[in-house]
Amino acid sequence: MQRYIMRRLLLTIPALFGVSLIIAGMMRLLPGDAVDLMLQDYSGYAKDADELRAKLGLNRSFPEQYASWIGGVVRGDFGVSLKDQTPITEELATRLPITLELGVMGMTIGLLIAIPLGVFSAVRQDTIPDYLARSLAIAMLAIPGFWIATLAITLPALWFQWTPPLRYTRITDDLGKNLGQMIIPGIILGIGLSGTMMRLTRAQMLEVLRQDFIRTARAKGVGERRIVYRHALHNAIIPVVTLLGLQMGVLIGGTVVLERIFNLPGMGRFLLDSLNSRDYPVVQAIVLLFAAVIIFTNLIVDLLYAWLDPRIHYS
Amino acid sequence: MQAEQADAGVGVSKWAIDAAKYQRPSYFTILKRFIRSKPLGAIGGLIVLLMILIAIFADIIAPYPYDEGQGSDRLQGPSGAHFLGTDNLGRDMFSRIIYGARISIAVGFGAVFVGTGLATLFGVISGYYGGKFDLIFQRFIDAWIAFPAIILLAFLVTILTSNRTGSVISVIIVAITLGLVVTGTSSRVVRSAVIAIRDQPYIESARAAGATNTHIIWQYILPNVLAPIVILATVQLGGAILAEATLSFLGFGVKPPMPAWGSMLAGSGQAYFLIAPHLAIWPGVAISLAVFGFNMLGDALRDVLDPRLRGSR
Repeated sequence: MQRYIMRRLLLTIPALFGVSLIIAGMMRLLPGDAVDLMLQDYSGYAKDADELRAKLGLNRSFPEQYASWIGGVVRGDFGVSLKDQTPITEELATRLPITLELGVMGMTIGLLIAIPLGVFSAVRQDTIPDYLARSLAIAMLAIPGFWIATLAITLPALWFQWTPPLRYTRITDDLGKNLGQMIIPGIILGIGLSGTMMRLTRAQMLEVLRQDFIRTARAKGVGERRIVYRHALHNAIIPVVTLLGLQMGVLIGGTVVLERIFNLPGMGRFLLDSLNSRDYPVVQAIVLLFAAVIIFTNLIVDLLYAWLDPRIHYS
Repeated sequence: MQAEQADAGVGVSKWAIDAAKYQRPSYFTILKRFIRSKPLGAIGGLIVLLMILIAIFADIIAPYPYDEGQGSDRLQGPSGAHFLGTDNLGRDMFSRIIYGARISIAVGFGAVFVGTGLATLFGVISGYYGGKFDLIFQRFIDAWIAFPAIILLAFLVTILTSNRTGSVISVIIVAITLGLVVTGTSSRVVRSAVIAIRDQPYIESARAAGATNTHIIWQYILPNVLAPIVILATVQLGGAILAEATLSFLGFGVKPPMPAWGSMLAGSGQAYFLIAPHLAIWPGVAISLAVFGFNMLGDALRDVLDPRLRGSR
């Protein structure tokens, strides 16, 4: 097992290296660079622009720029932002926890909605409550998160003259205030994730409930509640766990959108802003971090898989 | 005759059994059975049909142009003249929503066409030839799938468009980009379908008879993986429409003055939501309804045509 984990961890290194190289290359394909965008209101000063490029190191060749950046990353230094010269590592250290908090909240809320609803729907298969729950799940897949978020800001303001707080409070400053602020985007993110998970939970429950060991359990007189929660759910949940890994992309996309709407200074907004200002090292750093999160989540999911289902062995 | 046999092999549904017992039922009968056994899917189909008609006949249905408004009519609520009110530039919301259907349909179908086409190409080649090529190629697909779609989309659209890009061209670019992003996951599905039939006796006998790989792929592999490909395409339409809306909302989508539903909820309009809440409601309703319709239809078609794929999403 330890050897398996070691091998998986070693395999992430070339993968992350590849991702960073691709992103760095793609950034250079974007029209215009950081200097063009900084000086776009002062056109005509070609000499200044060249000087600024030299100062920021943008005049060097792409392999040189990439090599010096990745050399820093290996030593834990993501370089400085081209736009305002702030150290990226420090910036990420303050922004990552916000995105992480939102992501964990969204995932937790998503699971809290999806699993009970999925079990409920499977146990009452083909009844009206089942149809309602399934329609709800499909609706949750269809309604865009950014629309719910827009309405969550607009409608309360209209009806109760109240808006969700749009000025960010740090978790270290005031825990209650912070949670109160994060809960609304958290719920919206969770709703977006829960549709797929609920449907999978339901499908898996239906499959497991039909199996022989469930009949055996019924025959020996185990209570229905215990059958559903101990015997069936335990087996049905395993594929849902795998789905968590596959949902990471959706989750990150969701945080990007919701951070923008709810004005949260997390990674997603930083990424979009930096993409627009062609701040190469910032975009590279964030994408690298996202890729690392996705890869590690998938590793954890695989390990969880083996832990939940003792039949699975990695070697 | 050949096609019927293939159907009977794939379909475990009661339709196939019925078809064997009696004669092949007429299309009307098939439709009636579909409506009875999948009422939600039928509703989805109706929504999809309506949307396609609206997109085609937008010029006739819409009472006003989408890009011209009367300054004096700004931010009006719903009225007889403006069914859904007007936006901050005095443009008729109803007309803009109608024309928006055209963009959603064009981008959705375009993206799925590009995505499914490429996915079929990659999936069939990778699955059929297998071996080292498959192993290495699938690692690229791994990386492609692992990337957060929204980031990839924002990147690609920014690379491919500039300030000078026309709004019609931008529709095509967004469709192609979305298609590229969809390709990764879809090619996996096609690949596994190909692997499942690759070593079947009828393929082997074709090979023994001296058929070339190209011939085998065109004559035997492709017709037999067509069902999952069609289902995949239908199921993905809803997702593609939703992705286009999100992209437009973030400002990376179709260029103005094209009335994309997502961009109506973003940008300058946002400042007016408190004065004119109808601006925030209708585009969202349109997106949700469209995605809901496509999802329902896709689900029902998948259940009916290929029960093995159930729960794969």
